[in-house]
Amino acid sequence: MEHYDQAAYRQVDDDQYEPLLAEKDETTTEVESPLPDELTRDELELPSLAEPELARHYVRLSQQNYGVDSGPYPLGSCTMKYNPRFTEDVAALNAASVHPDRSAESVQGTLELQHDLQDYLGRIGGMDAVTLQPPAGAAGEFAGILLADAYHEANDEGHRDEVLIPDSAHGTNFASAALGGYDVVELPSGDDGRVDLDALDAALGENTAALMLTNPNTLGLFERDIERIADMVHDAGGLLYYDGANLNALLGRARPGDMGFDIMHFNVHKTFATPHGGGGPGAGPVGVTEALAEFLPEPHVRQTETEKYERYTPEHSVGKVHGFSGNWLVLVKAFAYIDRLGDDGLSDASAKAVLNANYLAEQVDYNVPLGPFHHEFVASAGDQDAADVAKRMLDYGVHPPTTKWPELVDEALMTEPTEVETKDNLDDLADAFNAVAADDTETIENAPNRTTARRIDQTSAARNPRLSWYDLD
Amino acid sequence: MSGRGSGSPYAPHTDAETEAMLDAVGVDDVEALFDIPDSVHFDDKFGIDAKSEQEAVVETKKRLRRNDDLTEFLGRGHYEHYVPSLVDHLAQRSEFLTSYTQYQPEVTQGFLQALFEYQSMLVEITGLGVANCSMYDEATALAEAALLAKRVRAADGDRVLVPDYVRDGHVSVLENYTNGAEVVVERYGTDAGNVDVDALADAIDDDVVMVYAENPTTTGAVEEHLNEIGDLVDDHDALFCLGSDPVALSLLQRPVDVGADVVVGDASVLGLPTSYGMGLGVFACREDFLRQVPGRLVGASEDADDNRAYTLTLQTREQHIRKERATSNICTNQAWVALRAAIHAASLGSEGLVNLAERMVELPRDLAADLDDITGVRAPVHDRHHFREFLAHTDQPAPAIASDLEAEGFAVHAVGDHRLQVCVTDANEHAADRLVAAVEEVTH
Repeated sequence: MEHYDQAAYRQVDDDQYEPLLAEKDETTTEVESPLPDELTRDELELPSLAEPELARHYVRLSQQNYGVDSGPYPLGSCTMKYNPRFTEDVAALNAASVHPDRSAESVQGTLELQHDLQDYLGRIGGMDAVTLQPPAGAAGEFAGILLADAYHEANDEGHRDEVLIPDSAHGTNFASAALGGYDVVELPSGDDGRVDLDALDAALGENTAALMLTNPNTLGLFERDIERIADMVHDAGGLLYYDGANLNALLGRARPGDMGFDIMHFNVHKTFATPHGGGGPGAGPVGVTEALAEFLPEPHVRQTETEKYERYTPEHSVGKVHGFSGNWLVLVKAFAYIDRLGDDGLSDASAKAVLNANYLAEQVDYNVPLGPFHHEFVASAGDQDAADVAKRMLDYGVHPPTTKWPELVDEALMTEPTEVETKDNLDDLADAFNAVAADDTETIENAPNRTTARRIDQTSAARNPRLSWYDLD
Repeated sequence: MSGRGSGSPYAPHTDAETEAMLDAVGVDDVEALFDIPDSVHFDDKFGIDAKSEQEAVVETKKRLRRNDDLTEFLGRGHYEHYVPSLVDHLAQRSEFLTSYTQYQPEVTQGFLQALFEYQSMLVEITGLGVANCSMYDEATALAEAALLAKRVRAADGDRVLVPDYVRDGHVSVLENYTNGAEVVVERYGTDAGNVDVDALADAIDDDVVMVYAENPTTTGAVEEHLNEIGDLVDDHDALFCLGSDPVALSLLQRPVDVGADVVVGDASVLGLPTSYGMGLGVFACREDFLRQVPGRLVGASEDADDNRAYTLTLQTREQHIRKERATSNICTNQAWVALRAAIHAASLGSEGLVNLAERMVELPRDLAADLDDITGVRAPVHDRHHFREFLAHTDQPAPAIASDLEAEGFAVHAVGDHRLQVCVTDANEHAADRLVAAVEEVTH
C-alpha cells in the first residue's frame, strides 16, 4: 500500500483511502450570478487543487497505468502498436484548430487534408469513395448498415431485413446491425474456423441485406473462399461488408475492394497507429464502391475543377452519423502516419506484424489449434482458465492477450503482438506465457500479486454499483 | 539504423533478427506466411511515397497552413475556452495516451480512477445518479438518450420531440440512430428563443417517449421554462432529456431540480481547443435506468487485499458480451478526451468553473449591446439572458455581412437572411472590440 499513500490518495482513516479529488468539502462555491436566482443553481461542489497538487495527482495516476510505451501489449484484435509522437504535434498545430462551421473557402487546408486522406484510404482499401465522419469502428459499422439500407431502399429491395454475421465476429457487428433495425443471423463457423459455405448458402436468401465479415477473421485466418463468398452474397442480392479491425494483416498484399467487398470501415486507431487513449477517441472511416458513393454521409469533400476543395451533399446521402465531421484530430494523426510510412512502410508493417505473430506462436507452449494465421493467433489455455492466465501474466510485467474470445477456441488467448516488438521482446513475452503455463492452479487463481491493485472483485462492483464518489462509503 | 532496411520506421527488426525469426518459423520469406489466394493478391502499389518524419511534418503542415487565420466568433454546439497548458502535458503522458480500454484493471487503475472522477464530476454537475465515461459527441448522446427512453418507458410509444432550434445535423444523427427502433422524431415550436410551452403542450401526448430541450439553446438563450417543461413531460410519463454542457451547468439550473431524466451534451468545451467538431458526449441519467445505460461505466470495488480499486462494471450491457441485445453498439469511446476535460475541470475547481460560466453570461450581453449601437443591427434578437452567444438582426443580408467580415479576418455564423449568430468566450473576447468595428465598417 505504500505507493498509494502519496499524491493520488490521501489516507482518510486507518483503513480508508479516497481519491484526492473526492476531498471536496472545502471547495463548495456558492453561485452568485448576473442571472436571476430562479435561473441558476445554488452551489457547486467540485474538487479544486492548486496546480502543483493537480500535476502530482495525475502523474501518480499515470504511473498506475500500463500503455504501449510501458511494454508489450499483445491484446488480440486491438492492434496496440507504437504511436509515433510527431503525429501528436501536427494534430496540435494551431492551423488544425478550426470550427466546423467555417466557410469552405477559409478552411481549404482542412478540406485538402480530408480529401487526401479519403484518397489514401481509398487506395489502401481498394475502395472508390471514403467518408471520414464515423468517430469509431462501431460507428463505421453502423454507417455501413445505413448505407446498405439506403442502397436496398433505392433498389426497391427494402424488404431485406437480415444481416448475416459469423459467430467469430466482433460483438460490435451484431450490435451495429441491430441498431440499424436489422435481424441478426449468426453463422456457425466451419471446423477450420472459417466461413462454412454450406451454412452461408442456407442462410442467404431474398431477405439478406448484407454479410459482415472480418478478414483475416478473429482467429487470424484468411477467408480463402472470399471470392466464392462474395459471389454467393451478391447472387443473393446482398452486400458484403468488411470489418477493418484486422487490416493490419494485409497492407499492400490484399485489398477488401479487390476481394469483392462493397463497404468497409477502417480502424485508424488500430491500423494507422493513432493512440487508443485509454478507450478512445478513434475514427472509423468507411469506404464504398462506386454504386454506394451517392449515399455517403454529408458533408463529403471533393476537389473542384479549379483545384480547390468543397463540401457537398452526395445525391442520396444518408445524412449524418456524427454531429459534425467526426474525430478530426485523430484523422490528422492518421494522415500523417500514412504519409510517413508510404507504400514501403505500410507493407513492411504488415510483414513484421505477421512475422511477429508467427514467431511468438512458435515460442509459446500453449497449443494454437488453427492456422495458418496472420497478424494474430488464438492459443488455448487448455485446462487453465484463460482469465486467470491473463492475471498471472500481469505478474510477469507484460500485458496479457484478449481472453475467452473467440469462443471457437477453448479458453482462448487471442494474441496480437503487432510489428513494433523486437525478437527479444517476443522472447520475453513467450517466457511469460510459458512460465504461466507451468504455474499451478492456486498460483494463477491468486494472481496478480505484483500489480498496483491485486485481483479486483468484479461481482461486488456489479452487485453494488458505486459509480461516483457519492456512492463511496 | 543500419540493417533495418527501408520498411516501417516503427518495426524495430534488424535484418539479422528477421532472418533468425524466419528460421524459427521455418520459412525463407515472410511472404510465405500470407495465406492469400493469388487471384485476390494485390500486386500493385498505393502510390504513396515514404517520407522522413520531418518531410511528413512538412507535408501535413503545408496543407493545414492553407486554412485562413480567422478570429472565430462561432459556436452553435462547438465552443472554445482557454485550455490550461497543464491539461496537454498531463494527458500526453504515455501511460495514459497509449493505453487501451481497461480490460485488465489491475494495471490500469490510473485511467480508471481518472474516469471515475470524471463520472463523479458529471454527477455533481447534473445532480443525476449516473454518468457514463463518454459517448462520441452531443448528437450521438442525444440519439442514445432517445433509444434509452424507448426502452425504459413502461408504456408503448414512438415519438421523440425536439425543439426547432436544434441543428439539422444533430436531428439527422438522431433520426439515423432511432429509425431502427421505429422512433419518429418531430420538431416543436419555440417562442423568442425559448421553448413555447403551449406549443409543446399541443404536441405532446402519451405516445411521446422523450422530450428534448436545451439550456442554453443552440442559439444561446438561457431557457426560462425548464420547470414547466419538466412538469409537462412528467404528466405524460415521458423522459425529459436536457442538452447542456459542464461549463453552462456550473451556473444554470441543476438538471435534477427541473425534472431532467437524462442529460446529454458536449463536455469537450473543457479540455479541447476547437477541433472541427470533435466532441465528448455527455451521458448522465437517473439511477433507475442504470442497467439500460449505453457505453462504459467505471465502478469502485475492492481488490484481494481489500483496498479500494476501480474497474469497468455492468459490462453485460455492452456489445462484447450482449452482442445484438446490447444497450448500444459503442465500443471505442472518447476516454482520453474525458481525461482532458476532467483535468481542465479540476484545474478550474468549482470557483473557476462558476466564474467562467458567469463571464459567459456577461460577455455576450456586452458584445450584443455594442453591436446594437450600430445602425442597421439589432442585438440580441431575443429578449433573454444569453450564454456565450446570441442572434443579431441585420438590415442588410446577413450572408453578405458574414462574407465581408471574413475578408476582415472574422468568422461569424449567418443563420438566416438577416440573422447573424455571434459567440464570444474567454478565447476570443480580446478581439470583440475589433469585431464591433468591423461590423460597423462592413455595414456602412
